[in-house]
Amino acid sequence: MFRKALVAATVLLAAPASAETPESLMRGYAEQARTTSASYAGPSPAAGRRLFHQQPRDWSCATCHTDQPAATGRHAITGKTIAPLSPVANPERFRDAAKVEKWFKRNCTDTLGRLCTSAEKADLISFLLSAQGGT
Amino acid sequence: MRTRSGICRIDWIVWSIAAVFLAHAAVAAVPPNQAIEPDAYAEECGACHTAYPARLLRPADWTVVLATLDRHFGVDASLDATALAAVARQLDVDPAVASAATTKATPRITQQGWFREEHDEISAQQFRSPAVRSAANCNACHAGADRGQFDEHSVRIPR
Repeated sequence: MFRKALVAATVLLAAPASAETPESLMRGYAEQARTTSASYAGPSPAAGRRLFHQQPRDWSCATCHTDQPAATGRHAITGKTIAPLSPVANPERFRDAAKVEKWFKRNCTDTLGRLCTSAEKADLISFLLSAQGGT
Repeated sequence: MRTRSGICRIDWIVWSIAAVFLAHAAVAAVPPNQAIEPDAYAEECGACHTAYPARLLRPADWTVVLATLDRHFGVDASLDATALAAVARQLDVDPAVASAATTKATPRITQQGWFREEHDEISAQQFRSPAVRSAANCNACHAGADRGQFDEHSVRIPR
């Protein structure tokens, strides 16, 4: 009988975990960065902020998301309203790893003209979670 | 006996909790192609612009739009195969054709004859005003655009 209860408890614990959080996604990217560089120092909000405003071509992140990531943004071309990017202001952000990857791919290509590295992704999320990125 | 029935009850409670939890997990873990189906178009395309109703372009034009998403009006709007197939189905075009490469230019809704005719009293300046910004921003004047409603009587042109 005890064994049965133990099996049930194990099944309970092994069930899928809830959705990701911005913090868990940031840690995941940081771990990826660490595997490629032993000297990686961890996510940096300051580096994330620089990345957010970097504009080597037509657009930076701020072009559509404004220079305050907690504010409502607007698509530079279509004029469509964009809900706040910062998870501090918008709890729906950074909850789904596949969705986050899709948007990093699209938006890093559109702004920087290349894919972002895992370290840059961790930096950006740490900026959006910081006091500066969350206001 | 009393001890035995007590253990049985605990066992039953633990199994019930596990069953409820697993049922919840099963609902959350719907296969991707099913989960993405209902709102794939609104989710994938409607994030950047109005979810233009399928009737605004011919199916052959939508096919070209979907086949050129990697260079979609200057941005990379490419989708993975599952999302592309779901969006194609919603736009009533063949997913296989939509994923085939093409060199054709992406068709524009704003260059269709009916669009020009319906908007012939709107100046280029009005389309470029700060409140509208682009003819692609249907919602600026048609409040029901995201629901596919473009009734002429409910048009409000922002000043």
